[in-house]
Amino acid sequence: MADETDPAETTETAVVRNPWRRLRSFTDARIGLGRAGISLPTSRLLEFQLAHAQARDAVHWPLDVPALCEQLANCGEPVPAGEPIALHTRAEHRTMYLQRPDLGRRLDEASVERLSQTGDDHGAAFDLALVVVDGLSARAVQEHAAPFISALAEALAEDDATWRIAPLTVVEQGRVAIGDEIGERLNARAVVVLVGERPGLSSPDSLGLYLTWAPRVGVTDADRNCISNVRPAGLALTEAARRLRYLLREARERELSGVALKDRSEDDVIEHAGEPGNFLTD
Amino acid sequence: MTSRYRHTLGTTTYHFDSLAEVMAKASPARSGDRLAGVIAESAEERVVAQMVLAELPLKVFLEEALVPYEDDEITRLILDEHDPAAFEPVSHLTVGDFRNWLLGDEATSDALARLRPGLTPEMVAAVSKIMRNQDLILVAKKCHVVTAFRNTIGQPGHLSTRLQPNHPTDDATGIAASILDGLLYGNGDAVIGINPATDNVSQSVKLMRMLDEVIRKYEIPTQSCVLTHVTNTLEAIESGAPVDLVFQSIGGTEATNRSFGFGLSDLAEARDAALGLKRGTVGDNVMYFETGQGSSLSADAHHGLDQQTCEARAYAVARKFEPLLVNTVVGFIGPEYLFDGKEIIRAGLEDHCCGKLLGVPMGCDVCYTNHAEADQNDMDNLLTLLGVAGCNFVMGIPGSDDIMLNYQTTSFHDALYARRALGLRPAPEFERWLDHMGVFEDVTAMRPSREVPAAFAPSLDRISTEARDG
Repeated sequence: MADETDPAETTETAVVRNPWRRLRSFTDARIGLGRAGISLPTSRLLEFQLAHAQARDAVHWPLDVPALCEQLANCGEPVPAGEPIALHTRAEHRTMYLQRPDLGRRLDEASVERLSQTGDDHGAAFDLALVVVDGLSARAVQEHAAPFISALAEALAEDDATWRIAPLTVVEQGRVAIGDEIGERLNARAVVVLVGERPGLSSPDSLGLYLTWAPRVGVTDADRNCISNVRPAGLALTEAARRLRYLLREARERELSGVALKDRSEDDVIEHAGEPGNFLTD
Repeated sequence: MTSRYRHTLGTTTYHFDSLAEVMAKASPARSGDRLAGVIAESAEERVVAQMVLAELPLKVFLEEALVPYEDDEITRLILDEHDPAAFEPVSHLTVGDFRNWLLGDEATSDALARLRPGLTPEMVAAVSKIMRNQDLILVAKKCHVVTAFRNTIGQPGHLSTRLQPNHPTDDATGIAASILDGLLYGNGDAVIGINPATDNVSQSVKLMRMLDEVIRKYEIPTQSCVLTHVTNTLEAIESGAPVDLVFQSIGGTEATNRSFGFGLSDLAEARDAALGLKRGTVGDNVMYFETGQGSSLSADAHHGLDQQTCEARAYAVARKFEPLLVNTVVGFIGPEYLFDGKEIIRAGLEDHCCGKLLGVPMGCDVCYTNHAEADQNDMDNLLTLLGVAGCNFVMGIPGSDDIMLNYQTTSFHDALYARRALGLRPAPEFERWLDHMGVFEDVTAMRPSREVPAAFAPSLDRISTEARDG
């Protein structure tokens, strides 16, 4: 019953193949792997090891800050041109970062100093601060932050309201809540943090977007809105930019963010039209 | 307080301000206790704390509540339901002597079962802190906690699995594909349990109906569960949904559970509702709980306790409601609580042993995230150790990869490895089903059939045509 033409099928010897392997066309789950005795065939074992290695690398690869700053220097109006301000949290290195989430939520002294020197006409608040944070996947940020911010700039440029955006910041060893301190110090009415998400085995490059109205140190997660899984193979950058613009406009109009600002357009029950459904009983 | 807790080592005298501090500092090192600021400041201080702890009478935990009685319904549950008669055989012992007693030949399986109502979570947490991994294994192996719904789980020599067919969008085809994969690899006797992608009731009911249809059509001696909030499940039951097991994540302090959005009365209400459905055939254990070290700190509800003591207190919540399954999701929470394979393995063995001593049907989600210092080899180690220790069940998922929750747990293959390597068998009713349906050509050797079993072939043929055409 095994399908000899299935390119995803293993051709290893001494392996019992699973005819239901072809159901892979309906799911990303690692079904129908076949077996050597009752163990994983060598090819499937190594596929897994590769995926895990890529996810591990995504967690540990340091952000190339100069390269990213260069990419972010010209994202287009209304995002201000010029090199972003490079910042660092109190988590000195990755091992400390992984064990002490609290340190990744606060800027180190040098960064506080750097931020206070941001030349600007004091007093007038910015409408928005965009904070780019390595998080748990520098790769996600390295690859998608600049194109995403360009897409967002385009979306905001079409908006009726004018968006006065603070200078961009790039943060190393940061968590989502670092945006609270930065937004507060920059005197921004809203902050959006772009952060590398915890890498999954099949998604090492996923970007998360967190919107917080009236950022200040001590805000809780209940006051944020999140758009997750932003990556070419997940939620497309332009679609993510469109959703974020919707949330930003709502937040600005209602002067809040978080649970009270749910995207009501989302359907609660997920329908899968045109798919075979539960073939086990249908 | 003038140091009731002190120890002199050479010229240095160590002082500990409270019982909670002794407990925390006696805990084997882990990142979550460091994050909470309760960890021992040196390796020496840790062992000194263990020495102090070993000298304390077990009774101290009945006299001194680690979380105030007035503030916490779990402390009240623990102390109000403590059975002095059951406690009697060990009531004169210190924590250190209790370890000796547990390892001794007097502590038979029967004696340990009789002792359960006399033990509090704090007592078992305390003794576990001065036990080595092999002690945790040997003692747990003597504790048999057997539960039943449509099959019997936890008998000595058996290892069951939760078939976990999660899908990022709850797609029925994708879920069905993972269920088929798991069943044909002999998995799913503990439960077929889905974490739904969204948190709303109608979506969960849809999944409950789907699982119910599969179990009925193939007459599988197992139970289903959709892991949604207890209040959602209660609503589902009221709307007529086919609920086998009620799920809830639980923690060891009232404040933790409040942050999860429930109290003990909610669990009681949901359990009564599920019992009222009378869907079990060989038993009436209708609850499925998940726990994990670090959840109280994560909810800022740990009252200055170490994470392992908080975790053990969660088992007092569990045992009150006579669950079918309790699952410590040991490596899911991340490296800020359990940093690496060594810490995850230790925590898994502690949780399993403490749960079993208290009479809880412990299973373990042997797992890790990609930002933890852990890999498949660490999971192989923990799975093997838990198999030796007599763990009731582990997870089973296609190729170890949960594509919805983005973490790695044990695979369908891993379950067969553990059963083969350690001579363990699935739940007896389920094993008979594997044999009778031709899923396995040799159940004793844990050898799956090469061909698709006749009962599943028509569905697979039909869907395969669609896969090719589509």
